[in-house]
Amino acid sequence: MHNFDFVKPATIADAVKALSAEGAQALSGGQTLTPTMKQRLAAPSLLVSLTGIAEMKGVCMGDDGLSVGAATTHATVAKEAAAHYPALAALAGGIGDPAVRNRGTIGGSIANNDPAACYPAGVLGSGATVVTNRRRIAADDYFQGMFSTALEEGEIVTGVTFPVPEKAAYVKFNQPASRFALTGVFVAKFKDGVRVAVTGASNNGVFRWAEAEKALSSNFAASAVEGLTVSADDMIGDLHGTPAYRANLVKVLTKRAVAAAQ
Amino acid sequence: MTKVTMTVNGKAVSAEVEGRTLLSAFLREGLGLTGTHVGCDTSQCGACVVHVDGKAVKSCTMFAADADGAQVKTIEGMNNPDGSLSVVQQAFQDHHGLQCGFCTPGMVMSSAALLAENPKPTEAEIRHYLEGNICRCTGYHNIVKAVLAASGQDAAALAAE
Ligand SMILES: Cc1cc2nc3c(=O)[nH]c(=O)nc-3n(C[C@H](O)[C@H](O)[C@H](O)COP(=O)(O)OP(=O)(O)OC[C@H]3O[C@@H](n4cnc5c(N)ncnc54)[C@H](O)[C@@H]3O)c2cc1C
Ligand code: FES
Ligand code: FES
Repeated sequence: MHNFDFVKPATIADAVKALSAEGAQALSGGQTLTPTMKQRLAAPSLLVSLTGIAEMKGVCMGDDGLSVGAATTHATVAKEAAAHYPALAALAGGIGDPAVRNRGTIGGSIANNDPAACYPAGVLGSGATVVTNRRRIAADDYFQGMFSTALEEGEIVTGVTFPVPEKAAYVKFNQPASRFALTGVFVAKFKDGVRVAVTGASNNGVFRWAEAEKALSSNFAASAVEGLTVSADDMIGDLHGTPAYRANLVKVLTKRAVAAAQ
Repeated sequence: MTKVTMTVNGKAVSAEVEGRTLLSAFLREGLGLTGTHVGCDTSQCGACVVHVDGKAVKSCTMFAADADGAQVKTIEGMNNPDGSLSVVQQAFQDHHGLQCGFCTPGMVMSSAALLAENPKPTEAEIRHYLEGNICRCTGYHNIVKAVLAASGQDAAALAAE
């Protein structure tokens, strides 16, 4: 790994200032960035740790939903969101393994937007709002394809606000070696309709399955998606599963998620 | 270089480290605490698990500078004050929860973290919690037995495999 300088500011303002330096990069839980730096796929000259910023940590229920600070670990969300938004807590509790959950954070996960990550499905499936140091971004505008987001240079995620649905569930088909999602589906039923977000399947990263949303909005039952087909075009194909296999998984997991959300 | 100060196994330590110094390297090469093993160095195997502020973390995936001010506990700090093995360590020995021993420091640290959170875990909960700790030798069965025994439950009830 190339060497770098390290700072750990205590406020968002100081972090943003530090990040304006040439070659600076944010470090949250480091569960993605550290391995990436070991492979020299990233070589920042300054790491700005976000984990010392109290205003970016914690889970809190408010008028517009459940707010989660960007530097909140998966383990904390699994525990503290359980009473307010059980499906989100369960998603966080199923990421990686306990040691990964004790360090990895929601902000790091959605900034990275790995095509097989769990949180992007939870954020998009809930129609959540991503809050940054500059603005509020609707989930539909935030995720822009594999490893790509609406974040601009020098912009950091400070939190995510989730409207809490009437019913929801996330079902993930584990890739047993990496413990990421081979495919994962998040289903959320709101008063005014159903959202279905799929991760791990598409070459374009997390996406909403519009046909299933329509079918489930008029009949929230696993049988409602039975007649639908998912195209294998643009699905990920690798040694763990072909595009057709993943396309089938999307439907199977959607049905399981609807059943689990009952 | 960054100055870091932390408490390791109850002792205050202070040193100048490079930004890129991993906590695992700081413990092993800086402090000579080679009980923490580095198996994969890619965040997969869990051999390097230590406790930071009471939580199990992979020390190969945390920078020493990020542990500034933390309470760190390694396998060297797990024994009882009189030097005898802790309940978890003794259970690993009694139930043959190790063969080559390479994964054992991480297994013990993860198991102790599990028991701190959940003092009477079921077999399924133990297997699930230890998902991030890979063992090439034991087939896991005797590790699960050891953790059951360490929690005061009847390990003999676990079917022989
Ligand atoms: C063994 C293992 C298994 C895993 N399994 C899963 C899994 O099942 N599901 C899953 O979803 N993930 C999984 N992960 C990934 C894990 O969830 C990571 O924690 C997460 O993807 C990144 O979060 P982090 O806090 O560690 O971010 P970091 O690694 O610190 O950062 C990741 C990237 O985001 C940037 N960044 C960090 N925070 C911010 C911010 N607030 N604003 C802007 N940019 C930011 C960084 O600069 C970096 O580019 C796994 C990881 C490992 C090692
Ligand atoms: S050495 Fe850290 S996880 Fe393998
Ligand atoms: S005892 Fe050899 S790797 Fe576990």
